[in-house]
Amino acid sequence: MRHALTEVFSGLRRNASMNFAVLVTMWVSLTLFGLGTLVTQQVDLIKGRWYDRIEITLFLCTPATQGDNCTPGEATTDGQRESIRAALESNPEVAEVFYQSQAEVFEEFQQTYADSPVLASMKAEDMQDLFRIKLVNPEEYQVVTAEAIRMPGVQNVQDLRQFLDPLFDWLNWGRWLAVGASGLLLLAAALQIGNSIRMAAHTRRREIGIMRLVGASNTYIMLPFLLESLLVALVGAALACATLAGIQQFAIVEKAKPALQGFTWIGWEHVGIAMVWLVVVAVALSMIPTLVATRRYLKV
Amino acid sequence: MITFTEVTKRYPGQKRAALSGVSAGIADGEFVFLVGPSGSGKSTFLRLVLREARATSGQVVVDGRDVGRMAGWRVPKLRRGIGTVFQDFRLLPGKSVHENVAFALQVIGRPGREIKRVVPETLERVGLADKSDRLPEELSGGEQQRAALARAVVNKPRILLADEPTGNLDPTTSVGIMKLLDEINRDGTTVVMATHDSTIVDQMRRRVIELSNGELIRDQTQGVYGYQ
Repeated sequence: MRHALTEVFSGLRRNASMNFAVLVTMWVSLTLFGLGTLVTQQVDLIKGRWYDRIEITLFLCTPATQGDNCTPGEATTDGQRESIRAALESNPEVAEVFYQSQAEVFEEFQQTYADSPVLASMKAEDMQDLFRIKLVNPEEYQVVTAEAIRMPGVQNVQDLRQFLDPLFDWLNWGRWLAVGASGLLLLAAALQIGNSIRMAAHTRRREIGIMRLVGASNTYIMLPFLLESLLVALVGAALACATLAGIQQFAIVEKAKPALQGFTWIGWEHVGIAMVWLVVVAVALSMIPTLVATRRYLKV
Repeated sequence: MITFTEVTKRYPGQKRAALSGVSAGIADGEFVFLVGPSGSGKSTFLRLVLREARATSGQVVVDGRDVGRMAGWRVPKLRRGIGTVFQDFRLLPGKSVHENVAFALQVIGRPGREIKRVVPETLERVGLADKSDRLPEELSGGEQQRAALARAVVNKPRILLADEPTGNLDPTTSVGIMKLLDEINRDGTTVVMATHDSTIVDQMRRRVIELSNGELIRDQTQGVYGYQ
């Protein structure tokens, strides 16, 4: 092991400029990859568990709500609720109907806005019970919306996708841009690692030749190269993690969250997940090109 | 110890086989000269023993193991039992004699205590005890070959392969190296030496296997370089 470590440090010194180039490329590409992961998680967070399952939400009346079909000061009655359910279920355009009571809606709200200051000012009574509807053909939402909005006890009808899709379009663009750029840079980093290891192996070919001759195992011969590229990749990953943490702290926690309090934002646990993926990619990215680059020097 | 059975080796892109239908057995503790002109297949013979190359057909058995069928991950273990020396010494230029010899043990994971004990003993055996701190470039050709021999035998191999070990040395120095090889052989190591040096072969009177154009044309106990 001592021999391997000595070789790692002499390798790092010998290829200092190349290793620096690899480090910077790794740092930028892994940061972009991490950002892509964060945007994906942000989109999933906004979508919640309903976005992919339903198209339309019918909000029912509470004593506090006002609207075309609400009686001021009164909530939707059980009879109205059953009529709404029956009408929806008999509509051929409706595929599925889910009902959520005020308590259930509040519970979901608490989970979604766990970190938000908005949570403290809300109670279960402030929530509206609702019907969530999945359509047979989502394009035909207007037919169902028009019928539902006229039903007694329905305060409002909301097409979730109408609100969220433009936002998701932007976020998706951002995500694919980040993922695409990071993919290209990660490829560049992998090629750089492969080249630098190939150069290092070529420089040490005489030594490797002797090692093979006297019966050193392939693992032993490869170890210094693997450790060298792993070390560079892990430093790159650490810098990328620090950059993501900085983005979360300064852009999300200090700027975005106070500015848009009604919006649900990714938290540190999401940054943690992105960091784990980032480290996994960094390790894979350092190991695979190294194994490929050293293969020809290890053929027995 | 080493058995070749109808071994043919053809390198990709070469019309003529480097070895063609060679069969020979080398017993434990033997000293064998491999002779023949350049390109006759001597080095290929040694490469096959070391599993640096695989036979195209036929079987090469070393110390009871069919090396042609041996899985790649077992090859390092095979090589730990075979010492090798070359005409060009192949010492690592940045390392002292002691470090060069110790390197062979370090890279196969031998403990530091053992290395500290065994390396000076081996250098003493090859007559380089007083030059263990020298770099290869500070040694004469003969001394460099002694250092290479020390590295080859430090792990106490059962087989020693020597590919033209005196090819770069003057006759007097060659005699010293041959004495050393003879001592190593007397200690029980099987020695297979490829050489062009007729004087050495004629003086030593050991078994001679002669190759020509990849074919075994002579296998003679107590032989000489050319036919008598």
